[in-house]
Formats: sequence, structure tokens, C-alpha cells
Amino acid sequence: MNVVVMGCGRVGARVSSILDNNGHRVTVIDTNSTAFRRLSPDYGGDTVLGTGIDEDVLKSAGIEDADTFIAVTNGDNRNIMAGQVARVMFNVRDVIVRIYDPVREDTYRRLGLSTVCPTTTISALIIDQVIGSSAPNRRTEPRET
Amino acid sequence: MYIIVVGGGKVGYYLTKTLLNDRHEVLLIERDRDKVETYSERFGSVILQGDGAEAAVLAAAGAARADVLIAVTGEDEDNLVICQMAKHKFHIGKTIARVNNPKNELLFKKLDTDVTVSQTNYILGLIEQAIPDRAFIHLLSLRHADLAIIEATISAESPVANQTIGEIDLPVACVIAAIARGADVIVPGPDTEIMPFDEIIAVTHRTEEDELRRLLIIE
Repeated sequence: MNVVVMGCGRVGARVSSILDNNGHRVTVIDTNSTAFRRLSPDYGGDTVLGTGIDEDVLKSAGIEDADTFIAVTNGDNRNIMAGQVARVMFNVRDVIVRIYDPVREDTYRRLGLSTVCPTTTISALIIDQVIGSSAPNRRTEPRET
Repeated sequence: MYIIVVGGGKVGYYLTKTLLNDRHEVLLIERDRDKVETYSERFGSVILQGDGAEAAVLAAAGAARADVLIAVTGEDEDNLVICQMAKHKFHIGKTIARVNNPKNELLFKKLDTDVTVSQTNYILGLIEQAIPDRAFIHLLSLRHADLAIIEATISAESPVANQTIGEIDLPVACVIAAIARGADVIVPGPDTEIMPFDEIIAVTHRTEEDELRRLLIIE
């Protein structure tokens, strides 16, 4: 599978390294070249310097032949925009976008993006540990505006 | 009309001022606290401090009853998301986005922003028209029809010089609307001959602009 990953932070570097290790063709994009140091020493994929909301950068990362695009920079809006560029402009089949803000995550999930929201996921895990699995309604989330 | 403006840079500031002068109800959302303080002194209580992409901030701004939202921050990704949240979460009828990087204009159009304003393209166009001795000038884009109006100056070497309109193999979606010859303006028919130094005004589909350029001009 051809995978393009935008953002080589802890998550991006780990995802890229593991997918590469599993035999996929990975290209990871970051605006900062020192970020690529986070990749595992035996990472065999490509790295591209630049921002993933720029179509030309995405092209040089091989987005036109990509099966999967993963946006995991620290900026919600940047991830959302890049994900939509990949989907709308390049017809990438699977687009996975990290969104910290639960409201935005909900909105874009309804619009058809595959989203991951660390805020709700991690909160749920912590609450599980605090309350324990016996507590009723432990996954009831606060109503968003 | 109730209008929400997001982004209090120079554009947002003068936009808010103009809209207030036109007696619209306006609210400006700006992240920076110092700017909010300065603007509040000037405009009164029409400024809200916060991130316009946050649903809670938009809700506090009364987005649900807004007629128009205009996103004019300096970051395209923010303007896009703000407009999409306004549309899908608050069902604001009309969203207008400033596009800083001209490359993003097509994406914005495909993704539900009703109007995009690409200031970079606009300024480039104005400068282009002001440069003398340009043979082919893009005068205007007609946004909704995806048409462009262009002006071309015919040189003696042009492939179409001394040919009639009927003889020219024009791209399908192009019409030569007028020919300026000296002080005269001619509305051409099939028998009108194109002469060197004619200035041609043509309406063309934007996809055929380059083809028309190649036809009229030797680069």
C-alpha cells in the first residue's frame, strides 16, 4: 500500500516507521527537517520537506499514487484542510485525519472524513481507569454546544 | 443584515469599519487580546475575543442567526474550516473566504465556500493590466459562468493576422466580442479581417484561455 503521512511528530513518526516496517511504501512530510530524526533508525521510506496543505508538496510526496493519506500535524485546521485536499483534489481512497477539538471532529466525521480524536479517546481511557468498568454510564460525554 | 467577520488583521479591520458605516449589524471575532482591546475602544462592543473555528465561540457570537460569515484571517486552513463550521454546524446561508494562496482557490470552491476572494490574484491582475506592451491580458473572470474576458494585441507575426474571423479555427468556447482598431471599435462578423495592431476583446471559457493565447499570439 502507498501511504503519505503529513506531520512527523511522535505519532506521525511512529505510524510511518511501523507501516514501513510492515512493508508499505511510506512518504512522510514535515515542515521541519529535524522532525525526521524521530523516525526509527531502520526507516526505509521517503521524507519530504514542506507543508501538506500545498498541492505541489503533496504531489512530490506521491499523493497521486497514494492509497492512504494520514494527517497528524498539531494543527486541527491544517489536518482538516490537507485531508480534504487529498480527498477532493487527488481522490485518495482512505483519508485519516487527527482532530483534537471534539466538535470539529464530529462535524468532519459527518462530512465523511475518517477522523481520530485524541481528546475523547484519551479522556475515555482515563475515566475508565478512574471509575473502573463497574460504573454505569461511564462513557456518557458532556453535551457539546 | 447580521454579518460575522473572523480575523482582525487589516482586511478584517477595514471590512468591519465599512460594514458598520453601511449600518449592518457586525461582529468581529479576533484571537489576539491586544487587538481586541484596541478595536473595542474604537468600535465599541462589536468585538469578540476567541478562535473563530471553535464552535463555542461561534455560538457565543450568535452564529445561528447570522446571515453572512466572512473569514479573512491570514491562514487559508483557518478560513476554510471557519467557513465549513459556519455552514455545516450553524447553517449560515452565505460564507465568504479570503484565499491567501491562489493555489487554494479551486479547493475552496469545491468545498462549500460560497465566495472566495483571492487578493493575490486580484492584485496580480491589476498589475498585469498596468504593464505596457503585454500582448495577451486577462481582464476579468466571470466567476459563476467560469468565463474570462481577455484582451490580445495582434502583431504582424500573429498566426491570425490578415485572416477573417471565419477562417480562424477558434476554440469551441471562445467568442471574439470586439476589435479595437485605432479609434474605432468593430463588432466583428465572419467576414471581418483581423489586422496587425488590432486589439481583440474575447470572451472565453477559462479552460480554453491558454489555447486562445497560443492561437492569437506568437510567444
